[in-house]
Amino acid sequence: MKMQVKAVISRPADGVMGKTGAWRDFRPELDSSKCIKCLLCWIFCPDGCIKRADDDSVSIDYVYCKGCGICANECPKQAITMKREGMGE
Amino acid sequence: MAVKNLPREELVRPGSGGCPGCPSSLALRVTLKALGKNTVFAIPACCAVVCLGAYPKTAFDVPVVSIAFEASAAAASGLAAGLKRLGKQDTNVVVWAGDGGTYDIGLQALSGAVERETDFIYICYNNEMYSNTGIQRSGATPYGAWTTTTWTGKTEQKKDMPAILRAHGLPYMATAVPGYPEDLFRKVRKAMSIRGSKYIEILAPCPPGWRFPMDKTVEMSKLAVDTGAWALYEYENGQLNFNLKSKSILEKKTEPKPIEEYLKLQGRFAHLFKPDRNEQVLDEIQQRSLADWERFRKQVECGVA
Repeated sequence: MKMQVKAVISRPADGVMGKTGAWRDFRPELDSSKCIKCLLCWIFCPDGCIKRADDDSVSIDYVYCKGCGICANECPKQAITMKREGMGE
Repeated sequence: MAVKNLPREELVRPGSGGCPGCPSSLALRVTLKALGKNTVFAIPACCAVVCLGAYPKTAFDVPVVSIAFEASAAAASGLAAGLKRLGKQDTNVVVWAGDGGTYDIGLQALSGAVERETDFIYICYNNEMYSNTGIQRSGATPYGAWTTTTWTGKTEQKKDMPAILRAHGLPYMATAVPGYPEDLFRKVRKAMSIRGSKYIEILAPCPPGWRFPMDKTVEMSKLAVDTGAWALYEYENGQLNFNLKSKSILEKKTEPKPIEEYLKLQGRFAHLFKPDRNEQVLDEIQQRSLADWERFRKQVECGVA
Protein backbone atom coordinates (compact mmCIF):
# COMPACT_ATOMS: atom_id res chain seq x y z
CA MET A 1 0.00 0.00 0.00
CA LYS A 2 1.37 3.39 -0.95
CA MET A 3 1.30 6.02 1.76
CA GLN A 4 1.32 9.72 1.13
CA VAL A 5 2.24 12.39 3.65
CA LYS A 6 0.76 15.79 2.98
CA ALA A 7 1.56 19.02 4.77
CA VAL A 8 -0.09 22.40 4.50
CA ILE A 9 2.50 24.72 2.96
CA SER A 10 2.08 28.42 2.33
CA ARG A 11 4.13 30.16 -0.37
CA PRO A 12 5.71 33.63 -0.08
CA ALA A 13 3.69 36.48 -1.57
CA ASP A 14 3.30 40.23 -1.27
CA GLY A 15 0.18 41.44 0.47
CA VAL A 16 -0.79 38.37 2.46
CA MET A 17 -3.33 40.53 4.28
CA GLY A 18 -4.42 42.36 1.15
CA LYS A 19 -3.42 45.84 0.12
CA THR A 20 -2.57 47.10 3.59
CA GLY A 21 -2.29 50.68 2.31
CA ALA A 22 -6.06 50.77 2.88
CA TRP A 23 -5.39 50.70 6.67
CA ARG A 24 -3.78 54.12 6.45
CA ASP A 25 -5.23 57.28 8.01
CA PHE A 26 -2.20 59.46 7.35
CA ARG A 27 0.07 59.18 4.34
CA PRO A 28 3.80 59.93 4.50
CA GLU A 29 4.90 62.43 1.87
CA LEU A 30 8.54 62.72 0.97
CA ASP A 31 10.25 65.98 0.01
CA SER A 32 13.25 64.59 -1.90
CA SER A 33 15.02 67.97 -1.89
CA LYS A 34 15.46 67.69 1.91
CA CYS A 35 16.58 64.05 1.85
CA ILE A 36 20.21 63.40 2.85
CA LYS A 37 20.05 59.65 2.07
CA CYS A 38 20.75 58.61 5.68
CA LEU A 39 18.38 55.66 5.12
CA LEU A 40 16.95 55.77 8.65
CA CYS A 41 13.41 55.65 7.22
CA TRP A 42 14.38 52.61 5.16
CA ILE A 43 15.74 50.62 8.08
CA PHE A 44 13.03 51.71 10.55
CA CYS A 45 10.01 50.95 8.33
CA PRO A 46 8.43 47.87 9.96
CA ASP A 47 6.92 46.74 6.67
CA GLY A 48 9.72 47.44 4.24
CA CYS A 49 7.57 49.99 2.44
CA ILE A 50 10.39 52.49 1.98
CA LYS A 51 12.11 51.39 -1.20
CA ARG A 52 15.85 51.93 -1.45
CA ALA A 53 17.12 52.66 -4.98
CA ASP A 54 20.63 51.88 -6.23
CA ASP A 55 21.76 55.45 -5.51
CA ASP A 56 20.32 55.20 -1.94
CA SER A 57 17.46 57.58 -2.71
CA VAL A 58 14.17 56.42 -1.20
CA SER A 59 10.55 56.19 -2.33
CA ILE A 60 7.37 55.09 -0.57
CA ASP A 61 5.26 52.07 -1.49
CA TYR A 62 1.72 53.41 -0.97
CA VAL A 63 0.10 50.10 -1.88
CA TYR A 64 1.29 48.50 1.38
CA CYS A 65 2.34 51.45 3.62
CA LYS A 66 0.19 51.21 6.78
CA GLY A 67 0.82 54.84 7.70
CA CYS A 68 2.43 54.30 11.12
CA GLY A 69 4.54 57.45 10.73
CA ILE A 70 7.81 56.07 12.14
CA CYS A 71 9.61 57.35 9.01
CA ALA A 72 8.33 60.91 9.56
CA ASN A 73 9.16 60.72 13.29
CA GLU A 74 12.72 59.47 12.75
CA CYS A 75 13.71 61.61 9.73
CA PRO A 76 16.47 63.95 10.98
CA LYS A 77 15.68 66.53 8.25
CA GLN A 78 11.86 66.46 8.49
CA ALA A 79 11.79 65.47 4.83
CA ILE A 80 8.74 63.25 5.45
CA THR A 81 5.44 64.75 6.63
CA MET A 82 2.23 62.93 7.47
CA LYS A 83 -0.85 64.18 5.58
CA ARG A 84 -4.45 63.15 6.32
CA GLU A 85 -5.74 60.71 3.71
CA GLY A 86 -8.67 61.73 1.52
CA MET A 87 -8.69 65.43 2.46
CA GLY A 88 -8.25 66.63 -1.12
CA GLU A 89 -5.09 67.50 -2.96
CA MET B 1 28.31 49.06 10.88
CA ALA B 2 26.49 52.03 9.37
CA VAL B 3 22.87 51.78 8.25
CA LYS B 4 24.09 52.27 4.67
CA ASN B 5 26.07 49.03 4.80
CA LEU B 6 23.17 46.84 5.93
CA PRO B 7 22.14 44.38 3.19
CA ARG B 8 19.50 45.50 0.71
CA GLU B 9 17.92 42.05 0.61
CA GLU B 10 14.34 42.03 1.96
CA LEU B 11 13.11 38.71 3.30
CA VAL B 12 9.86 40.03 4.77
CA ARG B 13 7.29 40.90 2.13
CA PRO B 14 5.23 44.08 2.45
CA GLY B 15 1.55 43.73 3.28
CA SER B 16 2.04 41.44 6.28
CA GLY B 17 -0.49 41.14 9.10
CA GLY B 18 1.46 43.22 11.63
CA CYS B 19 -0.07 46.31 13.23
CA PRO B 20 1.16 49.69 11.94
CA GLY B 21 4.37 50.56 13.80
CA CYS B 22 4.99 46.94 14.91
CA PRO B 23 8.34 46.55 16.71
CA SER B 24 8.43 42.82 16.01
CA SER B 25 8.14 43.33 12.23
CA LEU B 26 10.81 46.04 12.43
CA ALA B 27 13.25 43.89 14.40
CA LEU B 28 12.48 40.85 12.25
CA ARG B 29 13.39 42.72 9.06
CA VAL B 30 16.77 43.68 10.53
CA THR B 31 17.31 40.18 11.94
CA LEU B 32 16.58 38.56 8.58
CA LYS B 33 19.00 40.94 6.88
CA ALA B 34 21.65 39.51 9.21
CA LEU B 35 20.56 35.88 8.90
CA GLY B 36 20.10 35.79 5.14
CA LYS B 37 18.13 33.30 3.12
CA ASN B 38 19.77 30.14 4.49
CA THR B 39 17.51 30.17 7.54
CA VAL B 40 14.69 28.09 8.97
CA PHE B 41 12.32 29.56 11.53
CA ALA B 42 10.24 27.91 14.19
CA ILE B 43 7.58 30.30 15.45
CA PRO B 44 5.15 29.49 18.26
CA ALA B 45 1.79 31.16 18.75
CA CYS B 46 2.60 34.87 18.93
CA CYS B 47 2.12 38.09 16.97
CA ALA B 48 4.71 37.03 14.35
CA VAL B 49 2.49 34.17 13.28
CA VAL B 50 -0.27 36.69 12.60
CA CYS B 51 2.23 38.76 10.58
CA LEU B 52 2.84 35.64 8.46
CA GLY B 53 -0.69 35.85 7.14
CA ALA B 54 -3.15 33.11 6.28
CA TYR B 55 -2.85 30.01 4.08
CA PRO B 56 -1.98 29.75 1.16
CA LYS B 57 0.28 32.80 1.44
CA THR B 58 3.12 33.74 3.78
CA ALA B 59 4.90 37.06 4.20
CA PHE B 60 8.34 35.55 4.95
CA ASP B 61 10.75 34.46 2.24
CA VAL B 62 12.26 31.78 4.49
CA PRO B 63 10.70 28.47 5.63
CA VAL B 64 8.70 28.76 8.84
CA VAL B 65 7.40 25.97 11.06
CA SER B 66 4.32 27.28 12.84
CA ILE B 67 4.21 25.32 16.05
CA ALA B 68 2.26 25.14 19.31
CA PHE B 69 2.93 27.75 21.99
CA GLU B 70 5.14 25.61 24.24
CA ALA B 71 6.98 23.69 21.52
CA SER B 72 9.09 26.17 19.53
CA ALA B 73 12.46 25.23 21.04
CA ALA B 74 11.59 21.52 20.80
CA ALA B 75 10.73 21.99 17.10
CA ALA B 76 14.02 23.82 16.61
CA SER B 77 15.86 20.90 18.24
CA GLY B 78 14.28 18.59 15.68
CA LEU B 79 15.09 20.94 12.81
CA ALA B 80 18.72 21.22 13.94
CA ALA B 81 19.03 17.43 14.27
CA GLY B 82 17.45 16.87 10.84
CA LEU B 83 19.67 19.44 9.14
CA LYS B 84 22.73 17.90 10.82
CA ARG B 85 21.76 14.47 9.45
CA LEU B 86 21.46 16.01 5.97
CA GLY B 87 24.84 17.70 6.33
CA LYS B 88 23.33 21.16 6.20
CA GLN B 89 24.85 22.52 9.36
CA ASP B 90 25.39 25.94 7.83
CA THR B 91 21.62 26.55 7.85
CA ASN B 92 20.54 28.86 10.68
CA VAL B 93 17.84 27.38 12.89
CA VAL B 94 16.05 30.26 14.56
CA VAL B 95 13.15 30.53 16.98
CA TRP B 96 11.27 33.81 16.88
CA ALA B 97 8.99 33.91 19.90
CA GLY B 98 7.21 36.45 22.04
CA ASP B 99 7.70 36.85 25.77
CA GLY B 100 4.67 34.67 26.50
CA GLY B 101 6.19 31.84 24.49
CA THR B 102 9.55 32.35 26.19
CA TYR B 103 9.09 33.49 29.79
CA ASP B 104 6.00 31.44 30.52
CA ILE B 105 4.71 28.80 28.16
CA GLY B 106 7.84 27.93 26.19
CA LEU B 107 10.27 27.99 29.11
CA GLN B 108 10.44 24.23 29.61
CA ALA B 109 11.19 23.45 25.95
CA LEU B 110 13.72 26.29 25.78
CA SER B 111 15.49 25.11 28.93
CA GLY B 112 15.66 21.58 27.54
CA ALA B 113 16.99 22.68 24.15
CA VAL B 114 19.70 24.85 25.71
CA GLU B 115 20.66 22.05 28.11
CA ARG B 116 21.07 19.71 25.10
CA GLU B 117 23.32 22.36 23.55
CA THR B 118 21.15 22.47 20.44
CA ASP B 119 22.82 24.51 17.71
CA PHE B 120 20.23 27.25 17.26
CA ILE B 121 19.43 30.91 17.93
CA TYR B 122 16.46 31.63 20.17
CA ILE B 123 15.18 35.17 19.71
CA CYS B 124 12.58 36.53 22.09
CA TYR B 125 10.91 39.78 21.11
CA ASN B 126 9.71 40.97 24.45
CA ASN B 127 6.67 43.24 24.41
CA GLU B 128 6.11 42.54 28.09
CA MET B 129 2.58 41.19 27.65
CA TYR B 130 0.42 38.82 25.62
CA SER B 131 -0.39 41.47 23.02
CA ASN B 132 -1.70 39.12 20.36
CA THR B 133 -4.50 37.70 22.51
CA GLY B 134 -5.58 41.05 23.91
CA ILE B 135 -2.95 42.38 26.31
CA GLN B 136 -2.86 39.98 29.24
CA ARG B 137 -0.10 39.98 31.85
CA SER B 138 2.92 37.76 31.29
CA GLY B 139 6.00 36.87 33.33
CA ALA B 140 7.74 39.74 31.55
CA THR B 141 5.20 42.45 32.45
CA PRO B 142 6.98 45.00 34.63
CA TYR B 143 5.84 46.01 38.11
CA GLY B 144 3.06 48.58 38.09
CA ALA B 145 2.02 48.10 34.45
CA TRP B 146 -1.62 47.93 33.44
CA THR B 147 -2.85 44.98 31.39
CA THR B 148 -6.37 43.63 30.92
CA THR B 149 -5.66 41.10 33.68
CA THR B 150 -3.83 43.52 36.00
CA TRP B 151 -6.07 46.52 35.64
CA THR B 152 -4.84 48.32 38.74
CA GLY B 153 -1.21 47.68 37.82
CA LYS B 154 0.83 44.50 38.18
CA THR B 155 1.77 43.88 41.80
CA GLU B 156 4.68 41.50 41.12
CA GLN B 157 8.12 42.04 39.61
CA LYS B 158 9.05 40.63 36.21
CA LYS B 159 11.26 37.59 35.82
CA ASP B 160 14.94 37.97 35.05
CA MET B 161 14.83 35.68 32.03
CA PRO B 162 18.33 36.52 30.71
CA ALA B 163 19.75 35.42 34.09
CA ILE B 164 17.80 32.14 33.88
CA LEU B 165 19.34 31.55 30.45
CA ARG B 166 22.83 32.44 31.67
CA ALA B 167 22.40 29.93 34.47
CA HIS B 168 22.25 27.27 31.74
CA GLY B 169 25.81 28.24 30.81
CA LEU B 170 25.05 28.97 27.18
CA PRO B 171 27.88 30.31 24.97
CA TYR B 172 26.24 33.57 23.87
CA MET B 173 23.40 35.78 25.03
CA ALA B 174 22.54 39.35 24.10
CA THR B 175 19.86 41.99 24.48
CA ALA B 176 18.85 44.52 21.81
CA VAL B 177 16.24 47.14 20.91
CA PRO B 178 14.72 47.96 17.50
CA GLY B 179 15.95 51.55 17.89
CA TYR B 180 19.58 50.49 17.34
CA PRO B 181 19.41 48.30 14.23
CA GLU B 182 23.19 48.18 13.66
CA ASP B 183 23.65 46.85 17.19
CA LEU B 184 20.95 44.22 16.64
CA PHE B 185 22.47 43.26 13.27
CA ARG B 186 25.91 42.82 14.81
CA LYS B 187 24.57 40.67 17.65
CA VAL B 188 22.65 38.37 15.30
CA ARG B 189 25.76 37.97 13.11
CA LYS B 190 27.81 37.22 16.21
CA ALA B 191 25.29 34.59 17.34
CA MET B 192 25.47 32.99 13.88
CA SER B 193 29.25 32.62 14.19
CA ILE B 194 29.05 30.63 17.44
CA ARG B 195 28.13 26.92 17.77
CA GLY B 196 25.63 25.93 20.43
CA SER B 197 22.54 27.59 21.86
CA LYS B 198 22.33 31.36 21.55
CA TYR B 199 19.72 33.62 23.08
CA ILE B 200 18.85 37.16 22.01
CA GLU B 201 16.17 39.22 23.68
CA ILE B 202 14.77 42.26 21.87
CA LEU B 203 12.64 44.82 23.67
CA ALA B 204 9.52 45.38 21.56
CA PRO B 205 7.55 48.51 22.55
CA CYS B 206 4.08 47.59 21.32
CA PRO B 207 1.94 50.65 20.45
CA PRO B 208 -1.51 49.07 20.96
CA GLY B 209 -0.43 47.12 24.05
CA TRP B 210 1.58 49.82 25.78
CA ARG B 211 -0.88 52.51 24.70
CA PHE B 212 1.34 55.00 22.90
CA PRO B 213 1.20 56.52 19.38
CA MET B 214 2.34 54.12 16.66
CA ASP B 215 4.99 56.49 15.25
CA LYS B 216 6.92 56.41 18.55
CA THR B 217 8.05 52.74 18.48
CA VAL B 218 11.68 53.54 17.73
CA GLU B 219 11.76 56.53 20.06
CA MET B 220 10.30 54.48 22.91
CA SER B 221 12.90 51.74 22.53
CA LYS B 222 15.72 54.30 22.62
CA LEU B 223 14.16 55.97 25.66
CA ALA B 224 14.07 52.59 27.44
CA VAL B 225 17.86 52.45 27.04
CA ASP B 226 18.40 56.11 27.99
CA THR B 227 16.39 55.78 31.22
CA GLY B 228 18.04 52.51 32.15
CA ALA B 229 14.74 50.62 32.00
CA TRP B 230 16.42 48.32 29.46
CA ALA B 231 20.08 47.38 29.40
CA LEU B 232 21.96 46.56 26.20
CA TYR B 233 24.56 43.88 26.84
CA GLU B 234 26.20 40.74 25.60
CA TYR B 235 27.19 37.68 27.57
CA GLU B 236 30.08 35.69 26.21
CA ASN B 237 32.62 33.35 27.83
CA GLY B 238 31.06 34.01 31.22
CA GLN B 239 31.55 37.77 30.89
CA LEU B 240 29.02 40.56 30.61
CA ASN B 241 29.82 43.34 28.13
CA PHE B 242 27.61 46.40 27.97
CA ASN B 243 27.01 48.29 24.73
CA LEU B 244 26.27 51.82 23.56
CA LYS B 245 24.51 54.03 26.10
CA SER B 246 24.14 51.19 28.59
CA LYS B 247 27.93 51.02 28.78
CA SER B 248 28.23 54.65 29.83
CA ILE B 249 25.40 54.21 32.36
CA LEU B 250 27.19 51.18 33.79
CA GLU B 251 30.48 53.04 34.01
CA LYS B 252 28.69 56.03 35.57
CA LYS B 253 29.82 58.30 32.74
CA THR B 254 26.22 59.36 32.14
CA GLU B 255 23.32 59.41 34.55
CA PRO B 256 20.29 57.50 33.35
CA LYS B 257 17.32 59.80 32.68
CA PRO B 258 14.56 59.57 35.32
CA ILE B 259 12.53 56.45 34.56
CA GLU B 260 9.39 58.58 34.85
CA GLU B 261 10.14 60.09 31.42
CA TYR B 262 9.75 56.62 29.94
CA LEU B 263 6.70 55.65 31.99
CA LYS B 264 4.61 58.78 31.46
CA LEU B 265 4.56 58.34 27.67
CA GLN B 266 2.87 54.96 28.02
CA GLY B 267 -0.85 54.60 28.64
CA ARG B 268 -0.24 51.36 30.57
CA PHE B 269 1.35 53.46 33.34
CA ALA B 270 -1.19 56.33 33.14
CA HIS B 271 -2.80 55.26 36.44
CA LEU B 272 0.46 56.16 38.19
CA PHE B 273 0.12 59.81 37.13
CA LYS B 274 -3.59 60.58 37.20
CA PRO B 275 -5.81 61.51 38.88
CA ASP B 276 -3.05 61.62 41.53
CA ARG B 277 0.60 60.75 41.28
CA ASN B 278 1.33 57.41 42.92
CA GLU B 279 4.65 58.46 44.44
CA GLN B 280 5.13 55.19 46.24
CA VAL B 281 4.98 52.98 43.13
CA LEU B 282 6.93 55.47 40.97
CA ASP B 283 9.67 55.56 43.58
CA GLU B 284 9.71 51.76 43.86
CA ILE B 285 10.13 51.42 40.08
CA GLN B 286 12.96 53.98 40.04
CA GLN B 287 14.77 52.44 43.01
CA ARG B 288 14.40 48.95 41.58
CA SER B 289 15.95 50.10 38.31
CA LEU B 290 18.89 51.74 40.08
CA ALA B 291 19.36 48.59 42.18
CA ASP B 292 19.43 46.49 38.98
CA TRP B 293 22.26 48.69 37.66
CA GLU B 294 24.13 48.34 40.93
CA ARG B 295 23.82 44.57 40.59
CA PHE B 296 25.12 44.74 37.00
CA ARG B 297 28.12 46.78 38.19
CA LYS B 298 28.93 44.18 40.83
CA GLN B 299 28.57 41.36 38.31
CA VAL B 300 30.95 43.05 35.87
CA GLU B 301 33.39 43.93 38.65
CA CYS B 302 33.51 40.40 40.04
CA GLY B 303 33.37 38.74 36.63
CA VAL B 304 30.26 36.74 37.47
CA ALA B 305 27.10 36.60 35.44
